[in-house]
Amino acid sequence: MFRREYLVALQTISYKEIRRFLRIWVQTLLPSTITTTLYFLIFGKLIGSRIGQMQGYDYMEFIVPGLILMAVISNAYSNVVSSFYGTKFQHNIEEMLVAPIPSWVILTGYISGGVCRGLLVAILVTLVSLFFTDLKIAHPFLMVLVFLLTGILFSAAGFINAVYAKSFDDISIVPTFVLTPLIYLGGVFYSIDLLPTFWQKVSMLNPVFYIINVFRHSILGESDISIINGLAVILCFIVVLIFISLRLLNKGIGIKN
Amino acid sequence: MELILKGLIGCDALYVKLNHDFSRLAVERYFFMNALEIKQLTKCYSNGLIALKGIDLEVQQGDFFALLGANGAGKSTAIGIIASLVNKTTGSVTVFGHDLDEEPEAVKRCIGLVPQEFNFNQFEKVFDIVVSQAGYYGIPRRKALERAEICLKQLELWDKRNEASRELSGGMKRRLMIARALVHEPKLLILDEPTAGVDIEIRRSMWSFFKKINKAGTTLILTTHYLEEAESLCRHIAIIKEGEVIENTDMKSLLKKADDEVLVLNLEKPVSDIPTIKGCLITAIDKTTWQVKIQKEAGMNALFVALEEFGIKVIGLRNESNRLEQLFLELVRKKQVVANV
Repeated sequence: MFRREYLVALQTISYKEIRRFLRIWVQTLLPSTITTTLYFLIFGKLIGSRIGQMQGYDYMEFIVPGLILMAVISNAYSNVVSSFYGTKFQHNIEEMLVAPIPSWVILTGYISGGVCRGLLVAILVTLVSLFFTDLKIAHPFLMVLVFLLTGILFSAAGFINAVYAKSFDDISIVPTFVLTPLIYLGGVFYSIDLLPTFWQKVSMLNPVFYIINVFRHSILGESDISIINGLAVILCFIVVLIFISLRLLNKGIGIKN
Repeated sequence: MELILKGLIGCDALYVKLNHDFSRLAVERYFFMNALEIKQLTKCYSNGLIALKGIDLEVQQGDFFALLGANGAGKSTAIGIIASLVNKTTGSVTVFGHDLDEEPEAVKRCIGLVPQEFNFNQFEKVFDIVVSQAGYYGIPRRKALERAEICLKQLELWDKRNEASRELSGGMKRRLMIARALVHEPKLLILDEPTAGVDIEIRRSMWSFFKKINKAGTTLILTTHYLEEAESLCRHIAIIKEGEVIENTDMKSLLKKADDEVLVLNLEKPVSDIPTIKGCLITAIDKTTWQVKIQKEAGMNALFVALEEFGIKVIGLRNESNRLEQLFLELVRKKQVVANV
């Protein structure tokens, strides 16, 4: 049941989350922008000119969507994982647990923070990319939709990581050993056509592969997969991760004694 | 009963209107329900530790209730369960008629919690912490700002509103947690060692603040290791030991059980021979200072009459330890002896 009080609580959590990452913008917004600029410069400009074309596009044009999305993924994930773990670590999660807030409001609040940071970084990275290539967006609505879905998906993943984390090491293990390989092997820098058949099939198990391809389609109008299938896979992952997150919150796993 | 209800409602006509069976029951239920009812509450942690072994407690509306016990006795676990921070194993918790399992949100709206440890964001500003807490309770921002101002002014923190909470002193941090717990105007305020590590002056001012809000109608539950604090503030008391309630009574009845009173006397002149006085055990701390343990039945008059007879003049007198402290230790030890037997 939805009440007006829930909306106020949701606004409070979202506002707090946004205020948090804006307060420490040097740690939250700047690094991705600088890293992506380096990617554009080195892979796109210097090495890319020797690679030639990929799926009929200049290499720089080809990697721009993937790099923008990489920034969204890593920022949405790290915002929620660090913020929620920090809240657990300082015990100020108790401020929310003692209040009459349903689990879905807490989760939505944290996810909204992750999505906002992801979107803000995406805008910054997109603006930087304009210095290196003419970005023509084929399907702007699809692009915004993928931004939002990606933000939601990886914010929820970051939330689950934070719930299980027992130390600061635990919140960096997943991004380093799981998220980064998934992103790099998800087709940011190459088309799946370059891979042998076996590895093409393995790539199909990677959720990031679908996200990057749907997003690339929204900008370039070109993709390795069907867009409907891609969106369906992303939505399925979102439903599963949201379900797990809510279950963890309702049971108080990693939060309550 | 009718007279009490009329008095509480304050209007005969309204009482007549309410005086059919259902309304009457509802009114009676509202005015005479307990603030807190705990029945057969148990908690077994995942490591096998049984923190609560089926405790029963009742706290009346408007009461100032002390929950005492040694470290690890189960007080904080009980409070954690009431405040929804700890999942109970079995049993029931009812707050102002709302069952914790059935209506958790209604229970949470009734409760304000001042935890033992500082649990606010150290990087946030004092004002933001209190305003956010109001937001969590669904209080719209404009009203939240007003309430936060009132609470911070009451707790003398208004001047510090724009400082990061980590920059506050220990006493200010404690007061910040009280302001935060009060921002949604709870009917039941739970104070888990609220004055730990606070200097005497601030402690006394916190006591008078607690008395004030209790007088205004808020029910308070206090856990503390300063038994003097519990004795001077609380009307009812429960003592928990190893997950069981070993005493649950009103403060006056408990204090009547005290067998001995320990006094420290300052004498006018040095006295080398300690007199023998019936019902009193005198120990010399130095030549002009005695510690006297008086049995309840002997009475203090007997002591002073006897000292007068021996020509000993007393120029100063103080209680060495408070009676509640002695009783607490006796009760806890008794339980230990029974357990060992």
